[in-house]
Amino acid sequence: MHFFRSKAFRQLKKNRLAIAGIIFILALFVIAALAPYIAPYNPYQTDFFRTLEGPSRQHLLGTDDLGRDVLSRIIHGARISITIGFISVAIGLAVGVPIGAISGYYGGKIDILVQRLVDIMMAFPGMLLAIIIVSVMGVGLVNAMIAVGIVSIPTYIRLVRGSVLSIKNNEFVEAAKALGVRESKIIFKHVLPHCLAPIIVQSSLQVGAAILWAAGLGFLGLGAQAPIPEWGAMLSQGRGYIRTAHHVTTYPGLAIMLTVLGFNLFGDGLRDALDPKMSRD
Amino acid sequence: MSSYILRRMVLLIPVLIGVAIIVFSMVRLLPGDPAVAMAGVHATPEYIAQVRANLGLDEPIHVQFGVFIRRLIRGDLGISTRTNRPAVVEIWPRFLNTLSLTFISLIIASFFGILVGVISATRPYSLLDNVTMVFSLFGVAAPVFWLGLILMLIFSVRLGWLPSSGMGTPQHFVLPAVTLAAHSTALIARMTRSSMLEVLNMDYIVTARSKGLMERVVVVKHALRNALIPIVTILGLRFGMLLGGAVLTETVFSWPGVGRLMVDSILARDYPVVQGSVLLLALLFVLINLFVDILYAFLDPQIQYG
Repeated sequence: MHFFRSKAFRQLKKNRLAIAGIIFILALFVIAALAPYIAPYNPYQTDFFRTLEGPSRQHLLGTDDLGRDVLSRIIHGARISITIGFISVAIGLAVGVPIGAISGYYGGKIDILVQRLVDIMMAFPGMLLAIIIVSVMGVGLVNAMIAVGIVSIPTYIRLVRGSVLSIKNNEFVEAAKALGVRESKIIFKHVLPHCLAPIIVQSSLQVGAAILWAAGLGFLGLGAQAPIPEWGAMLSQGRGYIRTAHHVTTYPGLAIMLTVLGFNLFGDGLRDALDPKMSRD
Repeated sequence: MSSYILRRMVLLIPVLIGVAIIVFSMVRLLPGDPAVAMAGVHATPEYIAQVRANLGLDEPIHVQFGVFIRRLIRGDLGISTRTNRPAVVEIWPRFLNTLSLTFISLIIASFFGILVGVISATRPYSLLDNVTMVFSLFGVAAPVFWLGLILMLIFSVRLGWLPSSGMGTPQHFVLPAVTLAAHSTALIARMTRSSMLEVLNMDYIVTARSKGLMERVVVVKHALRNALIPIVTILGLRFGMLLGGAVLTETVFSWPGVGRLMVDSILARDYPVVQGSVLLLALLFVLINLFVDILYAFLDPQIQYG
């Protein structure tokens, strides 16, 4: 593949933190894919004789208030978190990229209208907007995913619009116009491919952010509902036992943190490799 | 300058109208009858009819919006279906609690973020710099509600130093404010570090040093002042993140703020209170962003705003 011989890939390989991020993400995918085979117990299997037990040989990370195996629930939770991350990013991409591209490419009235709509969406802090959407659509895992996806749309619009603005006055775009290429083809075949780097970087960081937000909604009771082993919801159920059995909250939180860290490290590394201008450090 | 402020304020008008439309639509987008949603599921038919008349629900939608705006201007957000008291009375004291928590967190995050960032930048790749870097990576990735629970476990359950929930004494502020500030502290530290590193390589810093000025004067008076400009711009965004994080922090520490009130009201279908809370939080965020934009224009002499 072209990418693996590129300068960007060589850059990325040299970044040890980014490699650590990639390894962690891959490990997470393997865990999620093999969850039913590697989880020692059924994540929904209750055992009322063994509730809130600390870590032991039988239950490596202990049991929760219903005697369910915490490790098994975290392993199955990986599937949910990965799904949340990717579906919500897909929503943000599918809506934000075309709107941003059209807004930046055509400019004029469409652009002004889109920018005012983005302003309005950005008048709400992200978490608040997600809560508003869930409150209208109803609580639940799927709605939380959609809400987090919608919240990311304005970021993509701004990002893509900015990139398109900087590309659209290049000669190759003029040339395509002069040759009579259809405008939709110019946008999607000629302009957008040049905007891919910031979109990819943003998406990697957005997966982490989406997982964090959805876990927050789960923790508030507005996302995944019991008995789904979603990490945020697990934390919420476990927090009542923080004094006696903190392992029920500690480990799911650790899982969230490491997952988000993995995607952030990967995203930061990608940014440094693909787009030195965007680098923050 | 004044024309920039004026233009910035004019741009605020469509945003405020948009926010009002979203809050207005929330109840009308709910499945079922908005009058029932506003009156509460246990309301009597008479009361539901009264709410229907009050909201003008039989009128065309633009008339309803007019009614909504007129009531907003009077400060009338409706009656809470849980307590039967005006929603404003429910929301306002809780809003002030959120405000104090958020501002204290912003101050903590700015102070420690800038301090740590400056120290790291003056000693890049030192042990301290690396430790800061690792902490900031974890600080950004850790869920705020989990961090809160861990701090609670250590400082109030195990060590017994600080109260675990509620508010009243200054000690009650420590855990929630530190929890809420962690994420922003990490980001501000990283931002300050990179901004300072950039500035410290500039010619005028070399000049200042070659004049024989003390290093501390060079760093604080010459470099930091210019490095602060990009930091100020992110403070507005940070404030939004803090407001979002406040909802979670308030839940962890049973802090009687508006975020927790909003979530409880959603779960109890108390929509007048939900609408009012959303409106106040969005309004606050918009005004803070306006303030930050104006501050930015003051701080950066290079940019002329026409």
